[in-house]
Amino acid sequence: MAELITLTIDGQEVSVPRGTTILEAAKKIGKLVPHYCYHPGMSSPAMCRLCLVEVEGAPKSMPSCVTTVMEDQVVHTDSQQAVGNREGVLEFYLVNHPLDCPICDMSGECDLQDYVHAEGRAHGRSEEPKRVFGRDDFGGDVLFYGDRCVMCTRCVRFMNEVEQDQRLTVVERGNRSVIDTFFEEGLEGTHWHGNIVDICPVGALVSKEFLYKARAWDLEHTPSICPSCSQGCNIELHTRDNLIQRIKPRENLEVNGWWMCDYGRHNQEWMNRGIRLSDPLVQTQDGVAEPMRWRDALDQLLQHLGVIGKVGVKALATPFASNEDLGALAELVGALGGGKMVYRSACSEEEIVLRGFPTLARRKDLAPNTSGAELIGFTRVGDDEAAGGLEDIAAHDGIVIIMGDELSDQAEDFGRDAQLFLYLGDQQSPAASNAHFVFPLTNFAEQEGSFTNIAGRVQRFSPALEPPGMARPGWFILGALLAELNNRDAPLNAAESFSGLASRIEAFAGLTYQDIGDRGAVLNETLVLSET
Amino acid sequence: MAYPYVSNAEVRVISQYFGDPTHRRIDTYVKRGGYKALEKALALEPDAVTEEVKASGLRGRGGAGFPTGIKWSFMPKEPTRPHYLLCNADESEPGTFKDRELMRWDPHQLIEGCLIGAYAIRAQHVYIYCRGEFFEVNQILAKAVEDAYMKGYAGEDILGTGTTIDITVHQGAGAYICGEETGLMSSLEGDRGEPRVKPPFPAAVGVFGMPSTINNVETLAVVPHIILNGGEWYRQWGTEKSPGTKLFCVSGHVRKPGNYELPLGFPLIDLIDDVCGGIRDGNQLKAVIPGGSSVPLINAEDARKCELDYEGCVEVGTMLGCASVIVMDHKADLVKQIRRMVDFYAHESCGQCTPCREGSAWTARILRRIEEGQGTEEDLDTLMEMTEQMVGTTICVLSDSVAAPVQSSISKFREDYLELIRSGEQAGAA
Repeated sequence: MAELITLTIDGQEVSVPRGTTILEAAKKIGKLVPHYCYHPGMSSPAMCRLCLVEVEGAPKSMPSCVTTVMEDQVVHTDSQQAVGNREGVLEFYLVNHPLDCPICDMSGECDLQDYVHAEGRAHGRSEEPKRVFGRDDFGGDVLFYGDRCVMCTRCVRFMNEVEQDQRLTVVERGNRSVIDTFFEEGLEGTHWHGNIVDICPVGALVSKEFLYKARAWDLEHTPSICPSCSQGCNIELHTRDNLIQRIKPRENLEVNGWWMCDYGRHNQEWMNRGIRLSDPLVQTQDGVAEPMRWRDALDQLLQHLGVIGKVGVKALATPFASNEDLGALAELVGALGGGKMVYRSACSEEEIVLRGFPTLARRKDLAPNTSGAELIGFTRVGDDEAAGGLEDIAAHDGIVIIMGDELSDQAEDFGRDAQLFLYLGDQQSPAASNAHFVFPLTNFAEQEGSFTNIAGRVQRFSPALEPPGMARPGWFILGALLAELNNRDAPLNAAESFSGLASRIEAFAGLTYQDIGDRGAVLNETLVLSET
Repeated sequence: MAYPYVSNAEVRVISQYFGDPTHRRIDTYVKRGGYKALEKALALEPDAVTEEVKASGLRGRGGAGFPTGIKWSFMPKEPTRPHYLLCNADESEPGTFKDRELMRWDPHQLIEGCLIGAYAIRAQHVYIYCRGEFFEVNQILAKAVEDAYMKGYAGEDILGTGTTIDITVHQGAGAYICGEETGLMSSLEGDRGEPRVKPPFPAAVGVFGMPSTINNVETLAVVPHIILNGGEWYRQWGTEKSPGTKLFCVSGHVRKPGNYELPLGFPLIDLIDDVCGGIRDGNQLKAVIPGGSSVPLINAEDARKCELDYEGCVEVGTMLGCASVIVMDHKADLVKQIRRMVDFYAHESCGQCTPCREGSAWTARILRRIEEGQGTEEDLDTLMEMTEQMVGTTICVLSDSVAAPVQSSISKFREDYLELIRSGEQAGAA
């Protein structure tokens, strides 16, 4: 523990470790000193000059982003000197800024807009014509509007220091300075460049994919976990019209810092898919799948189970399912006399490590919850394309339960010999035509739940979209079924389902939804290691 | 009569051989007593060299006037990492042409000073960062360094003393901002010439992240003379706080512009009227910029009171800077001059700090508008207010350099601006 330094900021005493900057110390007491060039994940050139604060005894205003605290220092972030400086700097920013907020993607979440509204002059004094750069395609998903740029160089520093693939630079000098790429390919072929759009404080760097899709103030933000690999980056789903419009990283220094990869960022199409299972389907005597109410479908399933008895279960789940869903399925398999539990998961050939934040990588394992599946008792089958490995399940003559896996590589006669074939999924699958029961699941973006990432960290995600029709989470459907089988109350929410899981699986023992919170909680490490 | 103009008032310590092309040759330099100071210095302890320079009271000739010996003493005494001496030869301040002459006529004097300085701060490598546009100077320096190596004054085991000091001449690429000490370091490292935030100061984290000292050409050129003759000897000229002699580069509306080496404390009006032969065509003195274009200008009245040393200039509201005296007579188009200077700074701003990047270009545009008769009196208030925002708010002082001529000219010569504004209004009305 570093030595603590006590100083006064705006009349409030605060103690922070030696070496902390004034800007970070001010955050501790809830004061945000406006800034552009500073970003906690990168070096600070102290060049935007917006974060200058008054330090008593100092001959001039100090840049709070690089000035470290000193004992008994007295800092004013709201004094005449500090506010006057910000007003001046903001006016300078607007000398050449086009003020095209009405057509700017950043409008509504723009730091220039916010700061000028808060502390800028009501009217700019510049009458001179503005400098014009126009628009440039930086490659990848990034468009550059040079006129809006505030020259904070965060993007340049991200590529140099964090991704460590030098693709951007400042060219020219003075107010002719502009961000540019070195070669024609620009950002093409880099894996983390979406982050420069996030860290751009204004609308200079925008996402091509999101361009003109939605205004910032129309978007709902839902905290979630990226489902695109086993890293478990903390993210936000930004939704409008019941569609995910974009995915943004959510700060969590333990997992992903401030960043996420481009693969995860743009892997949202499947969450918005329109054609979905929306009713429970039960196969009638003449082989027709008949839609039913949940109550009736579950009654028929219970009846069926009573008839066939304990004939051995083979269950296939997807590692895209939550801990709760997988836990409920495992409990069901147990209640039906036990059997085989497997999952299939696609893998990429290599990890893509973010060099400047090396604990973050796009992992080989492209599913969010393989660790959870393993801990709950599922074993991996199939190849790196998440195909094959199901010969024995396809021909099983007992109970076959499929949850989430779309069986896209399987033949139409899949499960023809099964005495009971239960298919739970969010999409109809041709290989599920023999299923006696087809139950509609909510997808990841429509339900609450938790994933266990590659490091054994359990993290919660929240529903961002309305599910179609009668689609329900796996834990909810299976929980209701188990309640009937075991004659007890069904879990009412994901938290209750998780407590059930924690009481059955040792690795999760003692953990509650409250403990996990919005930052996640790491499982008992020895247990995780011994399992994997 | 020699080197363009000389004056009897001069005390020629470092400019003695200006105008003598044979002096560039190492043989001539050595014959005239060159490299004796190096020999003497290498026989002393490094700290003794620093003490001698401290005793002389020599102040940095690049503009800030920081005492050189004290600057050297900031360097670590027990080097654990390489130390570097940087010679700032990126002379680019409008109106300044003293370092060019020092390097052109007496390159070995500078090289000797560099070697002594490097020895004093325990550096084994000197970089002379020479302004890119000085093609001739770069060639002269390169040749002189080569000769110094050949004769054993530079490189390994200098004069058999076991001391190793290398010298590299680096030709800049033509950016004013690379004359700012940390901008020079960034440039030398191969990056854009962008000044860095201080602290850390160069003596702790300098070029290549190592302890470094950076001195102006003129400062280092004086050093051999101080070592040879002693610090006390140097104090026979100048004032108590500003000892020694200084090169004054005089340009503008005087009869005999040029470089003159004078004792510090020399009256400005004597420099103009006597040394430089007075104002051209018998015109009246209007304004003087005594220290290069980045210091405030003064009117004739203050110029008559001004004594040319670091303190004397501050007394009349300006600075000695690098002693580049720009003289304007009553026929000078002052607004145009100021606009021209601000154009220069706007062009040379590195573009990092917002007040400088945006403010300098904005200032230039307003001045251009006023010059063209499209200005208003409110523009003057705007200029005064916004340039105030450019003082002390940036990483380096380029921004302050924009503010100084603008603010001083508006406050002292407001009538010049108003005349243009009124003539524009009349033309508009007609």
